[in-house]
Amino acid sequence: MLWAVVAIPAMMGLAAMLPSAKPVRRALLLLGALGHSGMVAWLCVRGVGDVGDAWIALDAPGELFLAITSALFLAAAVYAVGYLRKEAGQATHDEVEGFLFYNEPEAVFVGCLLLFLATMSLVCLSQHLGLLWVAVEATTLASAPLISFHRHHRSLEATWKYLLICSVGIALALLGIFFLATAGRGHVHSLTMHSLLSVASTMDPAWLKAAFILLLVGYGTKMGLAPMHTWLPDAHSESPSIVSALLSGALLNCAFLGLLRGHAILTAAGLGHFSGDLLVLFGLLSMGAAAVFLIRQSDYKRMLAYSSIEHMGILALGVGVGGLAGVGAMLHAVNHSMTKGLLFLAAGNLLAAYRTKNVQDVRGLLKVIPITGCLWVAGFLAITGSPPFGLFLSELTILKGMLDGGRWAVAVAYLLALGVIFVAMARIILPMAFGSPPAAMMTDSAAERRRQPAWAVIPPLALGAVVLVLGLTVPAPLWQLLRQAAATIGAQ
Amino acid sequence: MQILPEMLVMLLLLTDLRLLSSSRIAACIQTVVLQAILLACMTLAASWGHLTLEVMGVVLSTVLVKGLLLPWLLRRATREAGVSREVQPFVGFTASVLIGGLLLGLCFVISRPLQQAAPAGSAVLLIPGAMFTILTGLFIIVSRRNALTQVLGYLAMENGVYAFGASLAVEEPMLVEMGILLDMFVAVFVMGIVIYHINREFDHIETDRLSVLKD
Repeated sequence: MLWAVVAIPAMMGLAAMLPSAKPVRRALLLLGALGHSGMVAWLCVRGVGDVGDAWIALDAPGELFLAITSALFLAAAVYAVGYLRKEAGQATHDEVEGFLFYNEPEAVFVGCLLLFLATMSLVCLSQHLGLLWVAVEATTLASAPLISFHRHHRSLEATWKYLLICSVGIALALLGIFFLATAGRGHVHSLTMHSLLSVASTMDPAWLKAAFILLLVGYGTKMGLAPMHTWLPDAHSESPSIVSALLSGALLNCAFLGLLRGHAILTAAGLGHFSGDLLVLFGLLSMGAAAVFLIRQSDYKRMLAYSSIEHMGILALGVGVGGLAGVGAMLHAVNHSMTKGLLFLAAGNLLAAYRTKNVQDVRGLLKVIPITGCLWVAGFLAITGSPPFGLFLSELTILKGMLDGGRWAVAVAYLLALGVIFVAMARIILPMAFGSPPAAMMTDSAAERRRQPAWAVIPPLALGAVVLVLGLTVPAPLWQLLRQAAATIGAQ
Repeated sequence: MQILPEMLVMLLLLTDLRLLSSSRIAACIQTVVLQAILLACMTLAASWGHLTLEVMGVVLSTVLVKGLLLPWLLRRATREAGVSREVQPFVGFTASVLIGGLLLGLCFVISRPLQQAAPAGSAVLLIPGAMFTILTGLFIIVSRRNALTQVLGYLAMENGVYAFGASLAVEEPMLVEMGILLDMFVAVFVMGIVIYHINREFDHIETDRLSVLKD
């Protein structure tokens, strides 16, 4: 059953690359997303058991991240079918720079989307660190063609940076995994989490520390922790919005999971303070870097990308502090993914209507495209941690965790960064929503651009509903899962 | 001290220096092939005396993928890119070799604390040698502007990581080994495709001129 979660989307992805009619391919995409989320829902209902020494098993953090990935992919797939009907197979005009570009063939795009889902699922299910590495590298390769969908000069530049920087980073993570094996020489029989955790206390501390630093740099690059984040704003801003949503909401989490496995081993070896402090340091650095680049940001997709760096920083920070903050970080991962999915899909609608990513040229959203405008403002409130949305609750939980642990300095820096980011994003987003719309957008000839089809608003609305519900109440089984997940990764 | 593993690492160091000093892409590709063969030898040397079918399979597929398939892909990409057969350095070749010497010294210094806790029976040069290969790859990535040379730097870096794993005989199951090789192959394949499109769109593959996206 677990293999099927990986194998079915993978086979569907390969099938989508074969020549076939367009409706068939789009049906495959929807079917893959539905089938995957059905299987994952069934697995979640069944709950997690003892993972033992298996390579492929579902533990609490894996289940949590798999569920996030699957839900987000379903929303993105519904959006993608409408998007492809509009975009695929014709020359598109770039209105800012004024040139024509031809999108990638749809077969490659749909196929890689499904393969991307398969590889991310494999990351969530891997209990063997070598297999986990193979899966993380495979996510890079499956998503590179997605980023270069538009095939114009900017998207190719972004793809090249993404491929090279992430591959190099991930190669360092492989060295980290070899270091882990060396640290437990003579005791380690296999690189599964089970066997590594059981011998962790006998491992050599010097090699373990070196291993964690390499894992942090490697998976941290992929996760977008500053200062290794340089690929992230480019890739997120130049890829189609569905891909940005998946990169930000699902892929970054998967890389984080790789890092968490390392943290779990160090905690079991009694070096939890070392890895925790490093996570706190990089978390604060990421939040700081994001705050600096968010001030006066002129491109709204880049703004969302920097916000992702900020939230990855919060996740690292929460896990590094541990205790209640670790549980809060797990809840934050869910909230962030759903909200970022909502915001990127809404950004796709903005881009389709205004045909520019420049903040200055987007004004009067609430008058021009009211539903997306409302979503955009709600998304802004949610992502900056305002009540009543879920991120308020999770950020507060992380704060409480810090105060419980007596980390006052960290708490002050955390609140300061959150405050700066709130103001910076408000100054970008509120004028976009409320200003007076450009005259060209209100003419009759622009009526087609103002139209918001159902496929473009229902997925972000659904994601928004989830964030709102999570802000009002966290169901007991979810709390249970979050606690279990935090305990498994050694953050409690 | 066993002589064979030490010699293999030393040869690996020499190939790194050659990589730093070559001006033609073809020569660099050749060097990376040489490294792949050295890696295969290291794997054999590490498990000499208890060779299993599995180890043989890994060695054969390493040679097949890293020694034949990847160079073939890279040579094809060089032909398609046409004009850019030079590595186009920012840092001259003499300077590159000198920096390489400094990096090698640095590797010996930073590997000392790890060396003390190193597993018995591994080559003394191994840790600094593998680190140097990784750093050489990184240096080539940042100091050469030709996109193809950057792919070669990535491969050299991966070879360094692999050398470490191979000589310490980290017990990776067959499936994972094959997965790593498959990932490498697909990575170079996808990079080749992106380079092809970059070449078509820009008429060059100089990565320092890919600089529109920034804040």
